[in-house]
Amino acid sequence: MYVIVAGAGKVGWNLARELIGKGHEVTVVENDRRRYLTVEQELEHAIQYGDATELWVLERIGIQRADLVIAVTGDDEDNMLICQVAKEKYRVDRIVARVNNPRNLEHFKLLGIHPAVSATDLILRLIEHEVPQYGLVHLLDLEEERLEIIELIVGQDSSAAGKRVDEIMLPDGALIISILRAGTGFVPKADSMIQAGDEVLVVLDPGLEGPVTAHFTSTESAAAGG
Amino acid sequence: MNIVIVGAGRVGSAVAKWALAEGNEVSVLDEDPLSQERLSPDGTSSWEDAGGQFTVGTALEIDALEESGMADADVCILCTDGDNTNLVVAQIARKRFDVPKVIVRVLDPYRAEWYREQGLHTICPTKVAIEMLEDAVVSA
Repeated sequence: MYVIVAGAGKVGWNLARELIGKGHEVTVVENDRRRYLTVEQELEHAIQYGDATELWVLERIGIQRADLVIAVTGDDEDNMLICQVAKEKYRVDRIVARVNNPRNLEHFKLLGIHPAVSATDLILRLIEHEVPQYGLVHLLDLEEERLEIIELIVGQDSSAAGKRVDEIMLPDGALIISILRAGTGFVPKADSMIQAGDEVLVVLDPGLEGPVTAHFTSTESAAAGG
Repeated sequence: MNIVIVGAGRVGSAVAKWALAEGNEVSVLDEDPLSQERLSPDGTSSWEDAGGQFTVGTALEIDALEESGMADADVCILCTDGDNTNLVVAQIARKRFDVPKVIVRVLDPYRAEWYREQGLHTICPTKVAIEMLEDAVVSA
């Protein structure tokens, strides 16, 4: 595979090293002269000095035959435009963009840049997974398919605790696909009982997190009120 | 007309002053608060006293774009000193805020041409300068 990596920062340099180690042909583009000279000592001909947002720079390194373009500069505008021209002008099959500021993620989506990877987002997901009392954990987002899978812990006083699966009135577009209890998981049937402390995996259409979560979180305030 | 101008450098500020004098509602967005000085109509009075609006913020921030009145703009002009910023924000103005007329300055002639083919209204001062220089040589 021929891979172009825009940006020779920590991410770009390490990515290039890994990809070369796996036998891929790689060209890194870096527009900071000093950084270029540093990285060039190791990567040699696999790095070029230039601005990867300039079309002639991309053409000089053969973007027309690239199988994958990875834009990991420290500048979100640059990453967006590099991926945009790679995809729409040069018809590169696959692109990957780095999102530096997670607030810019919506701009990447607006311009059709997918996948866009945000380190901040990834770490937040990991924190949520390690510290599940924050509520639901996003396990998987299938954006193209418009589906996600979330993990929830069944709260002590939640409406779902002590009920059968078919008694829990989840909204249309949401389905319990697995129950994890005491370290083992099983695929539930309609008459499987949900217990407080269970972890349930739910597949759902995006946007249903709120109504779905409501079934599994403790309703202490509501109980006190009622 | 409601006109939003992003980037208050030499070009942006001159166009802003012209547009205001023509009787338009003009809002300027720039990350440098001091750039407001360039917008003074006569060197002493302030831009806002003259009726202009000014927002401090970076062009990629949705909050700043909203504050600048992008949602109600009839025309949006992108002329920051960065081609990449201009090209990204032009597409945001068009796709997210549905601004009917978006004009974007792009210094790089090659990209100005490609993005024009994609439907953006690009203005390339570099290309204009090249043509003028060539004409000047021929007519000299």
